Amino acid sequence: IAVCIKQVPTREWQPRLTDDKTWIREHDVSYEMNEPDAYALEEALRLREKHGGEVVVCSAGPARVQQVIREALARGADRALHVEDDRLAAADASVTADALAAAMAEERFDLVLTGLQSDDLGQAQVGVVLAEKLAIPHSTIIMDVQADPASGSVRVKRELEGGWFQWIAMPLPALLTIQSGINQLRYATLKGIMAAKKKEIRKVAMPDARPMQQVIGLALPTRAKETRQITGSAGEAAKELVRVLREEARVL
Amino acid sequence: MILVIAEQRDGKLNRASWEAIAAAQALAGELPVKAAIIGGSVAALAAELASAGVAEVLTVEDPALASYTPDAHTIALRAVVESASPTFVLMPHTYQTRDCAPMLAARMGRALITDVTALSGTGKDAAFTRPIFQGKLAAQVKPLGEPPFFITVQIGAFRADAVRKGGNAPVTPVTVSIDAAAVRQKAEPPFQEAKQAVDLGQAERIVAVGRGIKSQEHIAIAEKLAAALGAELAASRPICDNGWLPMERQIGSSGQTVAPKLYLALGISGAIQHLVGMKGSRTIVAINKDAEAPIFEVADYGIVGDLFEIVPALIAELEKN
Ligand SMILES: Cc1cc2nc3c(=O)[nH]c(=O)nc-3n(C[C@H](O)[C@H](O)[C@H](O)COP(=O)(O)OP(=O)(O)OC[C@H]3O[C@@H](n4cnc5c(N)ncnc54)[C@H](O)[C@@H]3O)c2cc1C
Ligand SMILES: Nc1ncnc2c1ncn2[C@@H]1O[C@H](COP(=O)(O)O)[C@@H](O)[C@H]1O
Repeated sequence: IAVCIKQVPTREWQPRLTDDKTWIREHDVSYEMNEPDAYALEEALRLREKHGGEVVVCSAGPARVQQVIREALARGADRALHVEDDRLAAADASVTADALAAAMAEERFDLVLTGLQSDDLGQAQVGVVLAEKLAIPHSTIIMDVQADPASGSVRVKRELEGGWFQWIAMPLPALLTIQSGINQLRYATLKGIMAAKKKEIRKVAMPDARPMQQVIGLALPTRAKETRQITGSAGEAAKELVRVLREEARVL
Repeated sequence: MILVIAEQRDGKLNRASWEAIAAAQALAGELPVKAAIIGGSVAALAAELASAGVAEVLTVEDPALASYTPDAHTIALRAVVESASPTFVLMPHTYQTRDCAPMLAARMGRALITDVTALSGTGKDAAFTRPIFQGKLAAQVKPLGEPPFFITVQIGAFRADAVRKGGNAPVTPVTVSIDAAAVRQKAEPPFQEAKQAVDLGQAERIVAVGRGIKSQEHIAIAEKLAAALGAELAASRPICDNGWLPMERQIGSSGQTVAPKLYLALGISGAIQHLVGMKGSRTIVAINKDAEAPIFEVADYGIVGDLFEIVPALIAELEKN
């Protein structure tokens, strides 16, 4: 089982732009594992517990992404593939999928798991594009995985909008994009962290890849509404908010 | 030419399809707009689209398309796109589009820009705005390579009622043969998990909690505030994923859509998947310690601060009279 894991800025991070305003200033960013990818990893570990086999982490990015690779190994993944290249820090879905496909070229995975989208670029593309490049079937926004290695198939629960779901079956090998909340995460133990130090991280060279889109500028988002900010101490703000909700908005 | 791929569920066009048509009309400039609809039987939907101010409606009808699979849809949509050779293909950024648009664009070796919220310029000079870093920034993006360029438009970003309707466009079937062996997935019918016991759609006031509440035991203070306001309690997705509140109280694209008189968001950042479920509320109040949180983009009133200080003060204030 392969699990694709991306390193992304932490949720608390406040964006600062480069001078040409086409990317963020990376040197003052702290990073973490993309949230749905953590769930994908957990799902892979559970499948391994049930069916045996090996969990292999795949990550594409500059040297700094070793942080999340080590974390995944500490949580229980067996080994890792790292496509290392500085251009991958802000690569589009097509380039990233090419890089991950190159990493997987010499492997034979039964199942490839990705997160459903990244917390930084939020393209919701890399998993599906990777499936197409690997010529394997896929399904997205998955909330349950029932693998049947004996019959070479997998049946998965796909989330639809508004609280609806659907089961869908397909032959293995297959790629699934995992939704947050599919399982309860485990965290690394001290033993896991020690064991991770000895696990293999194989470096893979960046393949030739053609970008399919270009960022021409970044900006703060525009606001749909003018928010009236209520200031003062907690007590003052509370008093004023209750007053405006009663007297101006008339919703109490 | 711009091609809009409309989407249906249970024989009805979804609202997001109309939003995509509105986006196409805004993008078009001199270019004509066409629409496409595929499925098991689509005659009625094609007739509806024919009056949407479009130049032509393309259809594919095939039993293999009656229930959605990414493989069958990609085969059919590819035939439609190749027969029309548009400059842009627009699709609503629904869960179904997320499932098949990247496959379609990758198979054709073309650019796909997802979750677009705004356009600048028309026709070939257009650039597309999309949120990145969880809505903390907006990126302006241009597609590279050869057309057609695939674009998916964010739900709610364009107004369905802005569609310039009119005309009676010709409906042209596109012939495709969908080889059963090429469709690898087998789909079962959609279902709803548990019968929803609470219908938050009827609530006049809602207090919604997000990850800012930190732990399950703190849900109690939100409950107390809700009681003092005469409000129902709701939550963002991570709260329900953690089991701190039941799934049926989740607001957003995968939960309920609500439009109460008052929506008070406590420690919710305002991700788009949450906003689509509540931005129609009449008065929105956000309490968040981060002044830059995207929730303030839709809030009428905001308090920047620690909810653990503000909520008890609010409860005290409400209990005074
Ligand atoms: C396909 C898909 C479907 C989804 N469906 C949904 C859905 O239906 N509903 C949904 O909600 N989400 C949904 N999501 C998830 C969504 O993208 C966000 O991850 C989620 O809404 C974030 O929840 P949050 O705002 O509670 O948490 P966070 O984004 O972590 O925000 C927590 C906020 O709390 C603030 N905060 C922290 N401490 C305090 C304090 N002491 N006082 C005040 N403020 C504080 C922080 O500043 C921050 O803004 C979906 C995602 C995908 C990809
Ligand atoms: N650079 C990367 N390295 C490893 N996995 C990635 C990378 N970029 C994206 N992914 C995977 O693809 C998913 C979707 O990303 P995206 O298409 O950017 O929204 C993520 O949840 C990851 O599992």
